[in-house]
Amino acid sequence: MRQIKYAQAIAEALDEILGEDERVTLIGAGFVGLTPSGVFLNPVREKYASRIKYPPIAELAYCGIGIGAAMAGLRPIIELSTATFSYEAIPQIVNEAAIACSNSAGQTSVPIVFHMLYGIRGAGAVQHSGSPQAWYWNTPGLQVAMPGTPADVKGLMRWAALKSRNPTVFLNHQKLMETEGDVPEGPYDVEFGQADVAREGSDVTIVATSIQVPRSLQAAETLAREAGISAEVVNVRTLQPLDKATILASVRKTGRVVVTDESHDNCGVAAGLAAIIADEGYDLLKAPIRRVSIPPVPIPYASSMEEFVTPSPERIVATVRQLVGGR
Amino acid sequence: MASPLTPEQSVDLLRTMLRMRRVEEQVMHFGEEHEGLLRGHYHVYVGQEAAGAAATAALGPDDYIWTTHRNHGHVIARGGDMGRTLAEIIGRADGYCKGRAGTFHVAIPDKGILHTSAIVGGCLPLAAGAAYAAKVKRTGQVSLVFFGDGAMEEGVFYETINMAQLWRLPVIFYMENNAVSPGERPGRGSPTSEHAATALSDVPRAFNVETRVVDGTDADAVYQTVSDFVARGRSGEGPYFVESRTTRWPGNYGSFPRLVGGDTDIAWTWAPENAPEAVRAWEQESDPVLLLARKLLAQGTLTRDALVELDRQVREEAAAAAQFALNSPLPAPESVFEFAYA
Repeated sequence: MRQIKYAQAIAEALDEILGEDERVTLIGAGFVGLTPSGVFLNPVREKYASRIKYPPIAELAYCGIGIGAAMAGLRPIIELSTATFSYEAIPQIVNEAAIACSNSAGQTSVPIVFHMLYGIRGAGAVQHSGSPQAWYWNTPGLQVAMPGTPADVKGLMRWAALKSRNPTVFLNHQKLMETEGDVPEGPYDVEFGQADVAREGSDVTIVATSIQVPRSLQAAETLAREAGISAEVVNVRTLQPLDKATILASVRKTGRVVVTDESHDNCGVAAGLAAIIADEGYDLLKAPIRRVSIPPVPIPYASSMEEFVTPSPERIVATVRQLVGGR
Repeated sequence: MASPLTPEQSVDLLRTMLRMRRVEEQVMHFGEEHEGLLRGHYHVYVGQEAAGAAATAALGPDDYIWTTHRNHGHVIARGGDMGRTLAEIIGRADGYCKGRAGTFHVAIPDKGILHTSAIVGGCLPLAAGAAYAAKVKRTGQVSLVFFGDGAMEEGVFYETINMAQLWRLPVIFYMENNAVSPGERPGRGSPTSEHAATALSDVPRAFNVETRVVDGTDADAVYQTVSDFVARGRSGEGPYFVESRTTRWPGNYGSFPRLVGGDTDIAWTWAPENAPEAVRAWEQESDPVLLLARKLLAQGTLTRDALVELDRQVREEAAAAAQFALNSPLPAPESVFEFAYA
């Protein structure tokens, strides 16, 4: 299969989505951030210029406008750029989009995608390195997508934009943009709620979101080579809906779990996943569940501190070795 | 001014306004006489009936309407069934939203009220968004959003009106300034909310949004103004801003509304001096329902007997609606798991 960059997969997805359904409208068109991969977006921006609106710096209003448009029959994709900018729009995303279906007893649906770039991107410092996935996962009514591979981002984006009937917070990590992977030609869906076993193993399960998927695969490689530990990597893909069955099936196989996500430890995504595994899979566990995420501190500018808090492959390796014990 | 409405339309409008009034009276009876029925705060639309009814009457069936925590009147104006509306207000299974919305968030999507936000200013960008969808799809639909003067204290108002004007969206911002003294209603007046602007209508004008100030107790003036804007909105023009000035009903002070003068007596139309002291001046000068009733009597559109009969019918409907709501069961507890996702 051909290999393309993550950012290229996003551009392909947008091209296909816009071509397929006239109801899709874009508000903002950044998508890949300030990366060299911006060039992949240029043909889409030109081809569909009339379907793309560039809003003023008004996240609250343009998210609300997208939500209202979705209620009235469009399928908007809102590109917020840096995920922390979505904090300006929390009243509309959390307190309008997420609750409208429930409030109306299912009569009103909000098929919208809020796309944003989260995480420690390098020199983002305290205001441009945010990871809001736990907040959004803690908001019933929202769907949360966290792809980690080029193939997944393309298929998940298409499903969110064309098939979903609910509001989706779509989190991409900027450091994934330049990564490469196998991507099928032509349009295809990756339906939400289906985790993927990215690597099979027998000693330990690493449950990973987004950029933690390639980091975990790298860690699994190191563990196999240096310690003879066989790690299975489960790519969560979407937090809501969550494929608990695939995660628990892996835990049943290995009996040991490390959960890794690039948000903070306290009430973070890794904490939430660990709680679910403990609730529903306690009898399957041979050892306590461990987390690899970010300590509860704001993300500083200096590269030394930034690297220290990043849930890196090295930290995953160290945590697994400690968990599996003596190897 | 000559009425833009036919005599039949005027009588229909009065019937709608009476329904709005009688439903709110039932709500306050629920609040005052049924322990534990309305368990929290609630807001009523008494005193703004002409604005809600006439602005809504100027819209077509496919247009969008957005409202607020003070939504009961707008919902009835849009043709909401009184029984299902009252059932929703007290969170019952037969309510329009199956008891999920309650008094603050009544929505009737199939009548163009897609979602109701009780967050001040919450529906402003949603209304602009529905207008954006109409513009993209070239449907000719118009989106009208009711909101109070307090929403102009919120940042979302400024972001939204800026974008609506930049993108020329067919949205009508219908601001209900509901605490203006009778003498100031037709004039410039000053903001009643905590606001630095000399007049709230100066604000949209600064964004180059066409703006009109109307006496919100004058059904004809409201209907004329909104009809003009709707006609132009159909051809893709907009946005527009209306400041609708009404005078606060004396029962509308304090944390909870109170029926300080009892139910409105239709005889106050011709004998307002018989109204209790607490509401007498308001019934004389500022009650939009009685102002329209007086006008229709004076014009000979309605006889006194016909007015009394009309009111009797509406009171009977409202009483039956209240009984329907009270008889409706609470939703099954487990139904909480339905509808979180479509």
